[in-house]
Amino acid sequence: MTAGDIAVLGAGMHPWGKWGHSFVRYGTVAARAALADAGVDWRRVRSVIGADTVRGGYPGYVAGATFARALGWQGARITSVYAACASGAQAIGAARAQILAGLADVVLVVGADAAPKGFFAPAGGDRPDDPDWLRFRLLGATNPAYFALYARRRMALHGETPDDYALVKVKNAAAGALNPHARYRKAVSAGEVAASPVVADPLRLLDICATSDGAAALVLSSLEFARRHGAADPVRIRAVSTIGPVYPRTVIDLPDIATDSALAVDPSPHSFRASIAREAYDEAGVGPEDLSLAEVYDLSTALELEWYEDLGLCGPGEGAKLIRDGTTALGGRIPVNVSGGLASFGEAVPAQAIAQVCELTWQLRGTAGERQVPGARTGIAANQGLFGHGSAVVAVR
Amino acid sequence: MTRTPVVAGWFTHDSGEEDFRLLGTRCTACFSVFFPREDSFCRNPGCGGGELTEVPLSRRGRVWSYTDGRYRPPAPYVSDPETEWEPYTLLAVELAAERMVVLGQAVPGVSVADLTVGMEVEAVPGVLNEDAGTVWTTWHWRPVEEAR
Repeated sequence: MTAGDIAVLGAGMHPWGKWGHSFVRYGTVAARAALADAGVDWRRVRSVIGADTVRGGYPGYVAGATFARALGWQGARITSVYAACASGAQAIGAARAQILAGLADVVLVVGADAAPKGFFAPAGGDRPDDPDWLRFRLLGATNPAYFALYARRRMALHGETPDDYALVKVKNAAAGALNPHARYRKAVSAGEVAASPVVADPLRLLDICATSDGAAALVLSSLEFARRHGAADPVRIRAVSTIGPVYPRTVIDLPDIATDSALAVDPSPHSFRASIAREAYDEAGVGPEDLSLAEVYDLSTALELEWYEDLGLCGPGEGAKLIRDGTTALGGRIPVNVSGGLASFGEAVPAQAIAQVCELTWQLRGTAGERQVPGARTGIAANQGLFGHGSAVVAVR
Repeated sequence: MTRTPVVAGWFTHDSGEEDFRLLGTRCTACFSVFFPREDSFCRNPGCGGGELTEVPLSRRGRVWSYTDGRYRPPAPYVSDPETEWEPYTLLAVELAAERMVVLGQAVPGVSVADLTVGMEVEAVPGVLNEDAGTVWTTWHWRPVEEAR
């Protein structure tokens, strides 16, 4: 146990899919599931933190209050956060800070989304001062276009091929087939990936994650509350990394049209993504060699390989070796995305980082069923939100 | 038809192709370069902040990476939904002198099959789209070999 630990008392989800309902309904289902899992009465929760959806209309920006109202007003402290794909990590980080500061002993964290079909698009109107609007207006640069730039760069630098990327989809689809919360629950062959249409060369439709409806929730508490509640050995969150990048950023990132210039300041030896993980490792006092499993943000198949390197599971440029030899598959040395990952879920932005921690929780409890990593003790969940938002959580048992 | 830059101040407007340049700004204190232009404050955290003056970027750079758009992007990208979608090519180009990477569409007719990482390209004036009274101009990247 360390001073920064908090307990995960409950985890819950609404299954991912395209259900045609409101994000409020999804979030409420997930919250109720997490509360039931924790055995905590909603009226006992002292703080509720919502990860905002930007597509739910006005209430989407005030998710904390929206979920508190849906569950029945009971006077808890309310917080709403938005940090793109890192929204869930910031919600967990805010909960942890409140718990460690003694402001609340039991906190409910909820993220939910009802995503539109097709490419994510910027908010409407004529907004030439918004980089997200500009990249669409000037370049037509969709999110997959950026994923494809990274993939092509990796192919040129490391000799990876689209066949390597297909293996990531095959692995994650096999895991997702075992997960009742996943949207896509069937095996995919490398041939099916290769036969899917190119979206942004070299990436094909099955290399790129879909956008989904879904929700995830956690009930978090102080260790003291957990003990009194009868949870003697709960899963613990030991680190939450929500850092930003260091100037100059030298890898082109969504939604930017150019990198920073490295003319005046030499760039850090570590990429932003790598620094997100390092911060979490440092805070938790663990390293990649301690991990039983990792959940990473596989927006594209190629990006998952980059995360292997950023998490320190292998050296720079060695990511493809890990997928080729099965190291990151269920049963391998360090399974990655045993939940099925974004490949099997599709992205429900404010829910996704919370969903990653739900998976860590079930794995560390040993209740993940057919996709269980035997004897899991330490896990990391990592992702990166648009506009410079780091997101990594280390959980232990 | 008037020719209007799709965004003001990002590239030379009235010059011919030979003199075409992307326009950034440079901090007079630390010499950091910014593109898109930063006109208010230097973003180098170690810089006390100097005046930002306009600076033309290198005309030529090398391909950092490339891709294409096989599906019609959503608005505000302008395209005619009545016509068949024609994929465009997108380049990320490394400018050695500025130590930065700048995105841009390739000149029409250049496909991913024509490109390799490390290939030399140059910035040239281009047209993004046209509407009733306006030709909206932009920058394009063009392989240097092709220009000869």
